[in-house]
Parts: sequence; C-alpha cells; structure tokens
Amino acid sequence: MSDIKPIYKDVDSVVIRFAGDSGDGMQLTGTQFSSTSAVLGNDISTFPDYPSEIRAPAGTLAGVSGFQVNFASKDVLTPGDAPQVLVAMNPAALKAALPDLVSGGTIIVNTDSFTASNLKKAGYTSNPLEDGSLDGYTVHRVPLTSMNREALKDIEGLTNKEIDRCQNFFALGLTFWIYDRRLDTSIKWIEQKFAKKPQIVAANKTALHAGYHFGENTEAFQVRYRIKRAHLEAGTYRRITGNEATALGLLTAAQKAGKTLFYGTYPITPASDILHFLSTYKNFDVRTFQAEDEIAGIGSTIGAAFGGAMAVTGTSGPGLALKTEAANLALMLELPIVIVNVQRGGPSTGMPTKTEQSDLLQAMYGRNGESPIPIIAAQSSADCYDAAIEACRIALRIMSPVIMLSDGYLGNGAEPWRIPDVDSIPPIKVTHPTEPNGENGKFLPYKRDPETMARPWAIPGTPGLEHRLGGLGKQPETGNVSYDPNDNQQMINERAEKVARLANWLPEQEVYGQEKGDLLVISWGSTFGATRSAVQAAIADGTHVSHAHVRYINPFPRNLGEIIGNFKRILVPEMNMGQLVVLLRAHYGTHEFIQMNKVTGRPFTIKEIREKIDSLLAQG
Amino acid sequence: MTELKLTRKDFVSDQMVRWCPGCGDYAILAQMQRILPELGIPKEDVVFISGIGCSSRFPYYMDTYGIHSIHGRAPTLASGLKLTNPNLQVWVITGDGDGLSIGGNHLIHTLRRNIDLNIILFNNRIYGLTKGQYSPTSLPGTKSKSSPMGSIDPAFNPIAVAIGSGATFIARTAATDVKHMAEIFRRAAAHKGTSFIEVYQNCIIFNDGTWSFATDPKTKHDHIIYLEDGKPLIFGKNKDKGIRLNGITPEIVSLDEVDESELLVHQESIENGSLAYFLSQMHH
Ligand code: SF4
Repeated sequence: MSDIKPIYKDVDSVVIRFAGDSGDGMQLTGTQFSSTSAVLGNDISTFPDYPSEIRAPAGTLAGVSGFQVNFASKDVLTPGDAPQVLVAMNPAALKAALPDLVSGGTIIVNTDSFTASNLKKAGYTSNPLEDGSLDGYTVHRVPLTSMNREALKDIEGLTNKEIDRCQNFFALGLTFWIYDRRLDTSIKWIEQKFAKKPQIVAANKTALHAGYHFGENTEAFQVRYRIKRAHLEAGTYRRITGNEATALGLLTAAQKAGKTLFYGTYPITPASDILHFLSTYKNFDVRTFQAEDEIAGIGSTIGAAFGGAMAVTGTSGPGLALKTEAANLALMLELPIVIVNVQRGGPSTGMPTKTEQSDLLQAMYGRNGESPIPIIAAQSSADCYDAAIEACRIALRIMSPVIMLSDGYLGNGAEPWRIPDVDSIPPIKVTHPTEPNGENGKFLPYKRDPETMARPWAIPGTPGLEHRLGGLGKQPETGNVSYDPNDNQQMINERAEKVARLANWLPEQEVYGQEKGDLLVISWGSTFGATRSAVQAAIADGTHVSHAHVRYINPFPRNLGEIIGNFKRILVPEMNMGQLVVLLRAHYGTHEFIQMNKVTGRPFTIKEIREKIDSLLAQG
Repeated sequence: MTELKLTRKDFVSDQMVRWCPGCGDYAILAQMQRILPELGIPKEDVVFISGIGCSSRFPYYMDTYGIHSIHGRAPTLASGLKLTNPNLQVWVITGDGDGLSIGGNHLIHTLRRNIDLNIILFNNRIYGLTKGQYSPTSLPGTKSKSSPMGSIDPAFNPIAVAIGSGATFIARTAATDVKHMAEIFRRAAAHKGTSFIEVYQNCIIFNDGTWSFATDPKTKHDHIIYLEDGKPLIFGKNKDKGIRLNGITPEIVSLDEVDESELLVHQESIENGSLAYFLSQMHH
C-alpha cells in the first residue's frame, strides 16, 4: 500500500536465529539468509544447531532445530553471543531459544502453531503469547501457516503438506523485507534446486514473495534495517562452510601437487559433508571411496598413498579412535596421508551434532608406541581451506600422516570466503624417484632426505624400484624387518626428528596485541573467533591483554616458548577439560597457565572470555 | 611391445624365507613365483598386499612392490591402491584368521564391490603366528591352546562366505596340488573383478594333517572333485563315482549304476550362484 512509507535505520550488525521443528526447514532458511547476506557484501558467521535425530518427535523441545546468523558491516568472527531477533516457528522453538535472546529482543512468531497440543508438547502450561511472559520483548504475531496457505491456494498440484513445507520461505521473505535483502539469490536457488518440479518452484517463490509483501504491507514492519557492506578485502566472495572449505582445500592441494585426490572415508557426523562435496568433483580427478567402515576408510587411503595419490581420510572423534592402528601403519610406512578430524562432543558416541575440541590429546597421543604425527588446527570455517592445503603440504614434505583438526562448529558454520586466485597459491613440489639410490642398483626405501628426513616416495609401476614396506620394526635405509635394538632406536629417533624439524620450516607464532605483558590468551582451533573478538574489545577498552592463536600443535611454533616467557600469566580457553594446556605445561611448565574449559556442546561466547579476562586482570 | 623375458628368479626377493620347514606356504610361494613370469606383466606392475599372520609374510619374499600391512586390513589397502592405479595387478594375501575373523568385514565388502583384485586365503584352520589358537575355520571340537576341551564355535566355509558376498570368481585348491594351484592362480589373474581363492594349507606345527583327507594320495581321490566348466562331476581313483542332484541335494552315485548323462555338470557362469552354493556345502 502506497500510503505507508518505511523508515530505514542503519545498524552495524544483527544476530538473528531461525528456530523451528526439525522438519520446518530452518537450516535451509538460515543458509539462504546467510548466502544472500554474503552476496550483499556483509560479513557473516553462522551457527547451525540441530538435533542428531533426523526427525525427532514433532513439536517437542528435542526436535528444535536452530540456525543463527550474525551479519554485519564490520568484521565478525563469531555467530554472535546472543540473537537480537528470533524467528520462532512453534512453541518449542520459542521455549528453547528464548533464554538466549537478548533482553528486549525481537520475536517473530508463527501464532498458528500455538495450539493447545503444541503448547503441551513444548511443556508450556499457559500460552506465552497471552500470559504476559513475553512483555519485555517486541513480539510480532504472524499467522504464518494460514497466510502461507492462502498465498499458495491457487497453485495447482500441491498437497497440503507441500504447501505447509513452504512456510519457511514465507518466514525468509519476511526477514528479507525487514533487513532489506534482495530475493534474487534465493529465487535462483529455488529454480535450480527444484528444476524438475515446476509447481514446487512456483510454491516456494510465491511463499518467499508473500512473506516479503506481508512485511511491506504491514504497519508493524515499517522500520527496515540496513546493514552496509563490510569492508572486506576486494575480491569475489561466496559463503562457505568449514566442511566445504576443507573439501576445496584438499582438492586445491592435490591439483597443486599434480596428484589425483583420493578420499577414502566412512559416513560420520559431522564430517560426512566433506565426502558429499568431494563426490561432486570427479572432473578434477577426485576419487571418493565410501568404505565399509572407518578402518577401511584409512586403509584404502594408505593404499592410495602407496599408489601415488594425494590420499585423505575424514572422520570425527570415534572414527579417529578406530583409525588409530592404521594411522600408525601410515607412520611406519612413511606414506603421506591427511586425516581430517571434524571433532564433535565425546566421549563414546557423545553428542554427534554438537561441537567440542576434545580430540587434541587423542590426535597427539592416541596410538600405540612412539608415534609423533604433525597436527594442524583450522581456526575458522573459511580457514579450513588453508589448513587443508597446509596439511597436505606437510604430509607430502615429510612423508608422514598429518592430522587436521576441525570441529562441528567450523564444519557446519559458514562465513564469507574470498575465492582465492589459485595462481597465487604456490605449487606443492612432489618427486617420485625413478632411479635406484643405493649401491649396485639397489633401492633403499628408507634412505632419507638430509634436510626434510623424508624417505623417497617410489610408486608401484616404476621399474627397478620394487620394494616392500611393512609395519614391523625395520632397519634404517633398507627398511628390512629388523628387531635389532639399535635399528629400532634409530628409526624411532628419526621419525621423531622428522616431525620436530618441521618447526624450522613452519611460520613463527604471531602475537596479537603487545609483545610483553601481564596476560596472554592462548587459543587453538575454533575458539579463535570468540577469543580474538574478546581480546579486541578488551584492548579497545584500554585493557592490556594479548592473544596468540596456535595453529600448529605438533610441532609447536619454534618461538612459542619465548612468547610465553614474555607474559606473567597465560589464559587458555578450550572446549574441553584442558588439553592444549597439558601440552603447554609439558613444554613450558614453569609458567602459570590458567584453564578456561567448557564442554557444553556450544562454542564460547565473546562475553564469557571477556569476563574471564577482566576478572583475571582485576585480581591483578 | 617388447617381449618381457622374466623368469622365476626375477620374483624372488633377497629376504630369507622364515616359515617353519615343511609349512604349506612354501609351495604357494613357489607356484606364484613360477606363474608370474608367464603372465606377460612387467614386474613393477605387480603388487602384493597382506595383513598379519604366517601367510602375510608372503610379500617380503616376492621381489615386487608390496605392503605387509595390519591385521585383517589388506583388502582395504589393495582397494585404495587399485582405484588409484588400475594398471597394477594387485594380489591380497590373507589367512583364515586374518581374512575371516578380524578382517571379515573387509573381505565381504571387497568381494561385493568386485574391484579387480586377486585374494588368496591360506586356510590352515588355526592361528599359527600367535601359536595355535582355533580359528574361524577350525572345525568344532578342535583342541587347541585356547580350546583345550575342544572348540564349540561352528566353522566358516570360506567358499560359502564368498558366494554370499557376491564374488565373481571363486576357487579352492590345495597347496599340495601344485599344478592345479598354478592353474587357479593364472585363471584368477586373468579374471576381471575380485578373484577369491581358498588354498588348503597345512600348518605342520599347530594343525598338522588338517587337510590330509584331501591331500593324502591314499585318500584324496575319494574326497576331491576337479571342477571343470561344462564337465560332469566325476571323481574317485578310477573315475567311477559321480555327483547327481536329488531334488536340491547333491548325492554320490556309482557310475556302474548311473549313466554319466544324469550327473551334475559344472557351470562356471556366475548366474548359477545357487549351484555354486550346493557345491560349497559338499564335504566328505
Ligand atoms: S606356524 Fe604353521 S603356518 Fe606358520 S609358518 Fe609354521 S607351519 Fe606355517
């Protein structure tokens, strides 16, 4: 209606949570919202949070699926501590998400779903829309189900169920209106996704438009918010999840090394998406192998590495446990493989869809015998791309298995990613010998490179270099089976030295903030975002605190000890009960390390870390 | 293509063979080294991958590429290798414990996928390397270190397992029957898809004589039948006995009483999975 004119307000950032039943399509809604925001040039960070049951009982708290997006005109490193806006599709979603909402926040609620039975399923004894319990919030009551049905009533060939399944696009359309987003990215997606089902395309598009127009024509929504483009480095951006970034990183590394990418794996939450993405890249010489179990996943990977591929296996905590013995075989054979561990809540089956950083010590020590393996941890969803490339680079450099640690928060979460200029990524040099390296035409499979200590990677099909590798103790150089005490000692020393020497080659540790001081926060992996944001804010407020984010965990950066020595106290926030801190104490034991631990399945908030920093500094 | 002039010696590695004197493994190794030069494949394209156990030392003794991997997992490495380089001829060496116990899952799935690999399962019905415990192919009642009063577990029939897994080439031979074994190796090498070979192998130390019914010249003719495509099932020292199907049950008949035309005729075609299953269940 032309007589209402919206008012525009500029804001820096908004955190919005879409919450509904597992079947309500909230993950899709959130993904669409973030894709469009990324296209509009906002910085984004997302946090999908869903139950591990595929369809938990409808309407219950257990079945609530949420997707939080932080979109901003400034740099954001986390999906936001608390949503300012909640889109709640049913009473259970409202009940589950309300405690997280900022006080005075905005709630957009589907009133049609607040039936007596849904209220009961959510455990409400009275209707929160009527009993005044939402008085402190701005509540938009939208009869979403009925309006969506009305909007779609003229599209032929749709079942009632199909109509209701478009509700999420109605909600998306409404939020697009409120936050001044374009519809075209989502429309294009709908058209491609449902290309074979024209009536579904029509239905979803209509629902999207209907939601948008509802906002346009409703007085309550005449304040529209604008979030300007973020000042991101120039380039082409796309939204990327950590698992997608990992897949693309592995692919890039293989291409840079001139190798086939072999990915042998077994489905496991939250790592399976890496397999899903890679299985669509056959045109880049990617061979995915869905094995019969975790062990076969890594076994096939070792076979592929023997054959000369860039060989990778992916898993999550329980799967890493199963791969243990084979990881050690790769270590003994000295074949380059990458093991990607997208960590999840443990122990045992734990919380498959929730995040944790509790496999660090498993990655470090969870094998029989003396078995050092390099470990690299990704710090953000987009960074999974670089971390994956680096993991491959390290594996190929020293002929060793390498563990790359990601986690559910990074793997499923998304942020804008500047599509790199692939030419700017240096090639990965790989050589395969073609001539014997020993006397009398003998090939010595364990004769090491004097600098890197890597053994030569001779691959089957090369005449004259036939050799046998095995997991038994071996003689240096020849690799022949040997139980000689000196041989065993020497080989174990060499494998340890090979990993330790990486520190000379890997970059030095950087410090954010002052180089010396009272308090240094050391983080690793996905706690980067919350930690860096907290430290940034503290510094902006005039606090003296610094941050070192450790990317290489084995070996540690060569200057880490020196950095630690420059600070009085070290705070170590981790989503585990204190694992990096064990390693830090083992290496740099004389310092005061203060643990900050959390295993709730949820990432740290900026606020939590900031409060800890402030309280430590207040103690003086 | 230049003709390859390979000999048995080209496939013999410089490592000392360390099986017990009299072990059935020696004959298998010798036949493999004998037939490989005949296949016309450059030796750098041949790979042996094994798991753990006495039999799994095999790759060390072959002068080809090879991996002595971990217990039960050889088929997984072989699969990854073959998928990476389909040009290679990949052999998997396993045993009854390695292949059917700890590695049972890999074996069945590898057979199901039918990647072009050749699997040889050395069946000695005992754990040799760990010094004599009963294995998944040990007959119930087997007295062993871990079953002093006789084992109670029923035994796996490797051939039936392979059939159930959808294998496309299945054969059984005995390490003592070197000619037949060599021929089976050649056939397996030629087969495109996963080949599965069970070899009756005697462990002289822990299970001596377990196959003597099928290997002892005095008794074997009454216990084994050579299966040949399109030929009736006839056996016995004097070739005077045959197998006839009675309903769905195979039975032994005397050729003095029954005409050859009534006998079961062997068909290698994979469509005949049910026939193969009958055959796998026959023992005498
Ligand atoms: S223990 Fe048995 S199977 Fe093993 S090498 Fe000796 S005889 Fe052969």
